[in-house]
Amino acid sequence: MGWFLKFIDSSVGKKLVMALTGLFLYLFLIEHVIANLLLLNNDNGEAYTIYAEVLGSSYNIPLRIIEFGLFFFLLYHSINGARLWWTNRKAKGIPYLVNRASENSSFFSRFMIQSGSIIFIFLVIHLKSFFVNYRLGNPGDTMYQGVVKTFENPLYSWFYIFAMILLAFHLVHAFQSAFQTLGLRHNKYTPFLKSFGVILSILICAGFALIPVYFLYLHNAGGY
Amino acid sequence: MKLDSKIPAGNLAEKWSNQKFNYKLVNPANKRKYEIIVVGTGLAGASAAASLAELGYKVKAFCYQDSPRRAHSIAAQGGINASKNYQNDGDSVYRLFYDTVKGGDYRSREANVYRLAEVSSNIIDQCVAQGVPFAREYGGLLDNRSFGGAQVSRTFYARGETGQQLLLGAYSAMMRQVGMGNIELFTRSDIQDIVVVDGRARGIVLRNMVSGQIQSYVADAVILATGGYGNVFYLSTNAKGCNATAIWRAHKKGALFANPCFTQIHPTCIPVSGSYQSKLTLMSESLRNDGRIWVPKDPKDKRAPNEIPEFERDYFLERKYPSFGNLVPRDVASRNAKEMIDDGKGVGLTGKAVYLDFAEAIQRLGKDTIIEKYGNLFEMYEQITNEDPYKVPMRIYPASHYTMGGLWVDYNLMTTIPGLFALGECNFSDHGANRLGASALMQGLADGYFIISYSISDYLAQLKKDKLTTDAPEFKNSEKEVDNKIKRLLNINGSKTVDELHRELGIVMWDYVGMSRNAEGLNKAKKMIKDIRDDFWKNVKIIGTNEEINQSLEKAARVADFLELGELIAEDALQRNESCGGHFREESQTEENEAKRDDENCSHVAAWEYSGADKPEVLHKEQLQFEFVKPSQRSYK
Amino acid sequence: MAELNLHLKVWRQKNKEDKGRFVDYDIQGISTEMSILEMLDVLNEKLIKEGTDPVAFEHDCREGVCGCCGIFINGRAHGPLKRITTCQLYMRHFKDGETIVLEPWRAKGFPVLKDLMVDRSAFDRIIAAGGFIAVNTGGAPDANAVPIPKHNSEKALDAAECIGCGACVAACKNASAMLFVSAKVAHLVRLPQGKPEREKRVFAMLNQMEKEGFGSCTNTEACSAECPKGISMDVIAELRREYFRASLKQENN
Repeated sequence: MGWFLKFIDSSVGKKLVMALTGLFLYLFLIEHVIANLLLLNNDNGEAYTIYAEVLGSSYNIPLRIIEFGLFFFLLYHSINGARLWWTNRKAKGIPYLVNRASENSSFFSRFMIQSGSIIFIFLVIHLKSFFVNYRLGNPGDTMYQGVVKTFENPLYSWFYIFAMILLAFHLVHAFQSAFQTLGLRHNKYTPFLKSFGVILSILICAGFALIPVYFLYLHNAGGY
Repeated sequence: MKLDSKIPAGNLAEKWSNQKFNYKLVNPANKRKYEIIVVGTGLAGASAAASLAELGYKVKAFCYQDSPRRAHSIAAQGGINASKNYQNDGDSVYRLFYDTVKGGDYRSREANVYRLAEVSSNIIDQCVAQGVPFAREYGGLLDNRSFGGAQVSRTFYARGETGQQLLLGAYSAMMRQVGMGNIELFTRSDIQDIVVVDGRARGIVLRNMVSGQIQSYVADAVILATGGYGNVFYLSTNAKGCNATAIWRAHKKGALFANPCFTQIHPTCIPVSGSYQSKLTLMSESLRNDGRIWVPKDPKDKRAPNEIPEFERDYFLERKYPSFGNLVPRDVASRNAKEMIDDGKGVGLTGKAVYLDFAEAIQRLGKDTIIEKYGNLFEMYEQITNEDPYKVPMRIYPASHYTMGGLWVDYNLMTTIPGLFALGECNFSDHGANRLGASALMQGLADGYFIISYSISDYLAQLKKDKLTTDAPEFKNSEKEVDNKIKRLLNINGSKTVDELHRELGIVMWDYVGMSRNAEGLNKAKKMIKDIRDDFWKNVKIIGTNEEINQSLEKAARVADFLELGELIAEDALQRNESCGGHFREESQTEENEAKRDDENCSHVAAWEYSGADKPEVLHKEQLQFEFVKPSQRSYK
Repeated sequence: MAELNLHLKVWRQKNKEDKGRFVDYDIQGISTEMSILEMLDVLNEKLIKEGTDPVAFEHDCREGVCGCCGIFINGRAHGPLKRITTCQLYMRHFKDGETIVLEPWRAKGFPVLKDLMVDRSAFDRIIAAGGFIAVNTGGAPDANAVPIPKHNSEKALDAAECIGCGACVAACKNASAMLFVSAKVAHLVRLPQGKPEREKRVFAMLNQMEKEGFGSCTNTEACSAECPKGISMDVIAELRREYFRASLKQENN
């Protein structure tokens, strides 16, 4: 086991962990956004509520295990990312007076820790309003009602949209970077992976951002 | 002094094998007791350091750069010769030997050259095993090309960066030994003196280029692999740091300097653009395979090249040498270009260039073929000159490139100081008066991988081990001398920079001791060099102290030596009353203005002995014997 | 040929211990045909005549292959152009009146020695740790004994072109030496001769890289974009594969 711990804690290993946990989280986001789009179904939340109940059922053991993994990976991804950033920061000399980094690398790739940190703060708030309240607490209303109520708050909604823009930044670099980290790079497929990752990441985040926009502007308009 | 070349007896093909057998060996268990200093980490130095460390000797390696991998061998483009005969075109050890002796215009030792040709094959094997990615055919076997007018394809290459790949191979072998603790590596070390104790080379004194400290190192033998002295011309294709200090110090301590006037001028370099020019960039001479060299017929013709009609152009090489045309040897091409320029027909803003035109080749072969063959060279040319050689003819000018002369060594590569060996470009041994293309890399690696490891054991095995340390008076005296010289330099505080003075020397060397020399000019040059030297010691200005990184001080110490060596080059050129290879004496030419050798009076190695400051050097001659090839006059008509 | 008047902002630092600072210089009549190092030569001649310490900078071959030179010019390693070293940057790429900022490579692994000179000996130690094929001189089989597909040989050469200048480290926001290390690992593993030691090599070189205080790669690709030899990011992916493979295969690591 010693070799394994050493392996995942080496500089290449740490990055591998980032890639694998990242890809897992990416898959989760795809599932999450598809489910969230049920909210847009004009059925007063019926479909969404069924989904939320199935998902949240205590007897759904496999899902509980996956859920535990999800939290574990999320935490690992965040802490590991912070450690990488910290060790890499120590490797740097004093900053350049002039540094035209935009000429040699993408904006997204250089601000992963910043986008990641804000997304992490967002996740804490996000989990508190939904997961903690409706899965662990005793809310007194349905998840759907909770969603409607939360997103009617423009401050919350705009923070949500802002976080989704950052998430898109994060994912645009993350997706192709994960494959590079896994050593999967070839002229045959890397250009495709790069464009595919950009499109998919933007679609995912746009899907998420659509929810607050809908409840803030479109849903109410129909309701009155 | 009697020069003994120690050439073994016997048939040419058996000399080296016999010699290897006759060498005394050092017991494997005892090898680690012997310390060897290697100065320089180019092809010769790195390969020697690696090979000796592998055998078990304790090696200390020194270089002036920040890493051994920077040595100027790295800049060699074309390739490396070897008599593998992979192409089935009739190559053989004997043919490579013959071509090299002939190419050197019969001024090299037969036995040395034969050995070089003999071990050439092993070099390729060794390099491939180290991971040097030579060019290959689709079937996976090694590719060859014909180079520098050779009649067979025996040149192995790796794109246009053969030197780099070979050096990185030797460097990695050396670094492996550094990692294993068998080589102690000292970078940023400027060798200032060779220390001789009881008539044997026992160590070096150097200036640590970071701290300025003067440090001594002791050993049982000292190997110099410090490259050539082409920078005596100031402008050359050498790296800026290339210098002659180590070999010049060795010379002053008693090592004879052989054939200093044998310098090679390469015809296809990018011309000088202004007085600030700091170095010249070489372009592979393969360009002459397809490019046509010309100047306008009328010196007053200042039109753009493309506006000059065909009949007003003088393709002077094609005109004068109908059978070889643009492919005449380096020295002939260079000298003819100089002649045109001296006649006022030079082109470009400075008037110091001739055209190398690809218009006809592009028309004949298509632009794509030209891109494939010379793309990277064209790119480099455009990068530097901002001119597109696909549209406008290139401008080229000759530049000092390689020095065949160097420390005199015997067959065992030992100088006239016992225990002091010289390898690679810094010795004189294999190229005679002119080096063939792709042979410099071969010689450096032959000396380092396959010759020194045998010959040094013969020397070491006969040594009596002692406990000499750097506290010995010889070391202390030498340190003091070096220290005094540095203090003297720093205290002059005159008005001229080192570069200014170096440039002045370069101009004299180029004008009077360059491609074409005559007695009057050489005498004048000797006087002028002496004047510049006096001026240097009165007027040089160096800022800063010794106890810091001081690049002007480094340069000054080197230029001080060039200023002495320059005079010896002129003296040697004056004494050699013939034209041969890269040495062209105007007094010795045929009716058709071609170089004329004088085998009767000049078939010798001129080895110079230092006899004290401001005293004339003493000339010793090693007569060359040609038992196996018969010297003939070159003709390229 | 035109002439430029320029304003220079140059990092001056007396030695390793000195804190260092920027010093401004005005310089006139710089020919567009000069290289930037020749421009510095001209500046230094002027400084010497004025009695001040010239700017120390590293250089040797001045034809783009030795890897000595390396200045961070106007925010870019080796200046604004792609695929060239500092010595191959010509003044025609600057405008009259322009300010040029010259800084040394910045990385913990490359301490500044003086002005624009840094200590890159860490690279040598990385190579000494494993950047070689362990064959002694003599006894090598015939060079044609093992055929190597042309494609593989060319790919090996692509990676072997690294000149060890350190621009990759200088440009990387993590000061990672990953491109340098990967180029050597890829060069050797792409050849049959380099395969026997592949596991040992990748561990040894990476360990040494970490020991030297370089950061790790986060795939910004700045290194490859600034590499004067255009070494591709492919080599880093290849190093990662080598590392995974070695981790699973090697007995004791």
